[in-house]
Amino acid sequence: MDEGLRSELSKQGIFTVKMQQILEWGYNSSRKNSIWPLQFGLACCAIEMIATSMARYDLARFGAEVFRPSPRQADLMIVAGTVTKKMAPQVVRLFNQMPEPKYVIAMGACAISGGPFKQGYNVLKGIDRFIPVDVHIPGCPPRPEALLHAFMTLQRQIDQDTLFGANKPRHLDKDALGEFPLPQFGEHDIEPPYNKEVWEPPKMVRE
Amino acid sequence: METLEQIKARIETVVPGVQLQIVSNEARPDQPSLLVSPNHALGVARFLRDDPQLRMDYASNVTGVDFLDKVTKEKIKVKKLVEGVEKEVEETLEKSTPGYLEAVYHLYSMALKHGPIILRQRTVNRTDQAKLASLTPIYRGAEFQEREIFDLYGIIFEGHPDLRRILMWEEFKDYPMRKDYVPPDDFEYEPTPHDDVLERARKHYPAGAPTS
Repeated sequence: MDEGLRSELSKQGIFTVKMQQILEWGYNSSRKNSIWPLQFGLACCAIEMIATSMARYDLARFGAEVFRPSPRQADLMIVAGTVTKKMAPQVVRLFNQMPEPKYVIAMGACAISGGPFKQGYNVLKGIDRFIPVDVHIPGCPPRPEALLHAFMTLQRQIDQDTLFGANKPRHLDKDALGEFPLPQFGEHDIEPPYNKEVWEPPKMVRE
Repeated sequence: METLEQIKARIETVVPGVQLQIVSNEARPDQPSLLVSPNHALGVARFLRDDPQLRMDYASNVTGVDFLDKVTKEKIKVKKLVEGVEKEVEETLEKSTPGYLEAVYHLYSMALKHGPIILRQRTVNRTDQAKLASLTPIYRGAEFQEREIFDLYGIIFEGHPDLRRILMWEEFKDYPMRKDYVPPDDFEYEPTPHDDVLERARKHYPAGAPTS
């Protein structure tokens, strides 16, 4: 239906939408208003995450107060804290066990880049090297408001999901990775050090 | 509490054949430590724990120290015949002292509220003879800390009930807290590199990029 006829009809009080738009609106708004995060924390950022879910900051206002202890019932992973190389395979495994559609928030300096432990031999320099991260929050640790902002950003992102086209989510894409390979414990480092399908070092050309 | 010299003298009468040495600490002159040979360490620790005047019942902290091989240069004036005339000539002597690893135990007494007595054990070298006596049979709390030293420094504690890696994974081969440890090269993305990080990050720069 062309745009002119559509606006003409709407002036008469007749509103037209595509079936796809109704479905997308239905799926997206029900998903974004009831995100169930995985009850999972790695370090001090988890304390801020807990504070966010309690009365003062009240994550329930955004429909995300039901923290699930099982990855099979969760659709959001908040990587809250330092991911050590020894913990990395377990984090990826938990993410693999979550049903689609699933989302990841990397919370705090450690989860996004290794943070103050970046030069250490034992800390992963960002969980986005192994799993796709939707929202990164800087901070050490980020304030609960920052986590709320990340939630709202994620909700806005979920709102943009479409059923077809280039923007379609991973679970509707036949070619997308369903399972993310676990890093193995090597003799000097985890192998591979990052998943090439998910992350490539950005090419930085310097002066 | 008695001075370390008095304790050392008493240990020497009780533990036969023990080799003890008092090591001073420049940073804390009030806390010298007692260097004990590994084959007598268990006996010394047992004495410190059971002696009614000391009753060192609590190993508060166990840690490792790494000392690298050292090359010291010394200038010595030597009299030599140069062109038929005796002259004083300066010569540099190079002395290399092999490195060693140490395990340091900080012992306190909960019962008598005194301490610490600092007990050290020293390995012969850093490679094939990095072996010390485990004090876990005396101090149960030393078990995990000795495992940590084994994990990060590679000291083998003989007599330890369960000696395996505690922080790193089993397949890991290196000892990360040793001074000559080289961390894995994951410097491919460094937005703000500096100093030695910059050196390592440069190796990952794309070909053709300016290197200076």
